[in-house]
Amino acid sequence: MTDPRDIVSGVGMLSEGTHFVGEPPAGIRRVPTGVDGLSTEHLVINMGPQHPSTHGVLRLLIEVDGEEVVAVEVTLGYLHRGIEKLAEHRRYDQLGTLMDRGDYVSGMHGEQAVALAVERLMEIEIPRKAAWIRTMVAELTRIASHLVWFGTFGLDTGAMGQFLYAMRDREAAVEILEAISGARMMFNYIRPGGVVDDLPAGIDQKILAFCDGFETYLDEHHALLGGNEIFQGRVRGIGVIDRDTALAFALTGPNLRASGLGFDLRRDRPYDAYPELEFDIPVGTTGDSWDRYMVRMEEMRQANRMVRQCIEGMPDGDFKAKVPRVLRPPEGEIYAATESSRGETGVHIVSDGSDTPYRFHYRSGSLHAMQALEEILPGHLLADVVMIVGSTDVMLGEVDR
Amino acid sequence: MAIDRLTGEHSLAFIRSEQLFDYARRNSLWYMAFGIACCAIEGLMSASGPRFDFDRMGVFFRASPRQADVMIVAGTVNKKMAETVALLYDQMPEPKWVVAMGACASTGGPFREYPNVVLGVDKIVPVDVYIPGCPPRPESVQYGFIQLQEKIKQQTEERLAARSHSD
Repeated sequence: MTDPRDIVSGVGMLSEGTHFVGEPPAGIRRVPTGVDGLSTEHLVINMGPQHPSTHGVLRLLIEVDGEEVVAVEVTLGYLHRGIEKLAEHRRYDQLGTLMDRGDYVSGMHGEQAVALAVERLMEIEIPRKAAWIRTMVAELTRIASHLVWFGTFGLDTGAMGQFLYAMRDREAAVEILEAISGARMMFNYIRPGGVVDDLPAGIDQKILAFCDGFETYLDEHHALLGGNEIFQGRVRGIGVIDRDTALAFALTGPNLRASGLGFDLRRDRPYDAYPELEFDIPVGTTGDSWDRYMVRMEEMRQANRMVRQCIEGMPDGDFKAKVPRVLRPPEGEIYAATESSRGETGVHIVSDGSDTPYRFHYRSGSLHAMQALEEILPGHLLADVVMIVGSTDVMLGEVDR
Repeated sequence: MAIDRLTGEHSLAFIRSEQLFDYARRNSLWYMAFGIACCAIEGLMSASGPRFDFDRMGVFFRASPRQADVMIVAGTVNKKMAETVALLYDQMPEPKWVVAMGACASTGGPFREYPNVVLGVDKIVPVDVYIPGCPPRPESVQYGFIQLQEKIKQQTEERLAARSHSD
């Protein structure tokens, strides 16, 4: 069957030339799509940078044909604050401060990446206990970060209740992190050579109580949102990122694993205490939003499992290696990466032997997920845009840097 | 209503209309859901969450600047963003207030040295309350809102006092 639009293009109002009054404004492509001589035009909708569900200051220029998205342009830079450049003027032990503010919901992973890079460059061996503490706080941060995603993803699909439950549990996780590091979000706890301070006395019982509770709460969360038929109808089969697209855009983290590729730095390039822990890596099949949802939910369960293992098997010893007060790595360059909540968070440090990096590069998973949006959004309905953006869990602080 | 408790049921209360409006205004400070960076997680999300629950102070979020009374500038404003912040402030109906949350919105914070960063949002829009911290705890934001309520109350009293002098 032929497309009716093919028959009528070239007739009607457009052919008479009455429709084009002057040049169309930039960004609007006038395409005849109607029938019976009526023409419609593509409309460019601006979404952001202030939009309650863009997870920060993302700006999307969405070209729609009726309700259907034809093309999307992602505009970045509304949170560019020069983390890479400022890092060249910070000492090595101050870099964690900047990384905290890069991916501000899962700060520990950024700090861990910097610490790993400096340690590998200076060939520092960290004590076993430091590695275990780091792994534990990183997994607790993953839970806190995924809970923020879980709450807001529900908001994106039109649900409200799960947000309150997610924030309740996040407060419990953040409270533990605060007891350990002294801050709720900007921890600055993992430093080159280990961690700043030992675990406070009696934190074990608190963490175990959290783990016990969270196991059942997670089932409740999943039943509340994932068990909802409306939610399933909105996410199943929507926003498919297939294996090839995921590879082409260099996606990492849950977005990649939902597409069926089980690549996880914690298992494939292990660091800190991960080789000694038991955990499973959830992998999706189709790469739709539902798979991304399920992968993250399962990751929270596995993170909880790892936190429990860390507490139960926490070794004795020092929490920090002997490192000089001012770190001066030898000349050379290094790339170190951690599996953050949003993919591979890596830092590339070029050192010239002084106490500040010569060049500092910050690789984030969100930037790549954001580029893939331009590819996966066209063809979907306008109402699904917010949901798909939410399902990729992009963090703008990490994108713009 | 709280006035009931002061005057008893089915009673009349005589109040200047301005005082009544300001009473209503300072107890329904709806903020715009506009998170720029890190502070948004603490000041907007945790704040509306169950632990801190700003709703009990009448502080709640609205998605549109047209319905908002308060803009919480929660994060680093750079030069590209500054235009939008100013536009959003202009879109808010009077009376309106601005809360600069955190070090970045107050002075530029840890990103002060970077030339792209605006050194405090008061370069763009008038700010009523500054909340220190990086990021401030939700309790600090709550205290900031209490200060804003005090400020609104004080402004009304000053205005009424000035008028009674001129009479």
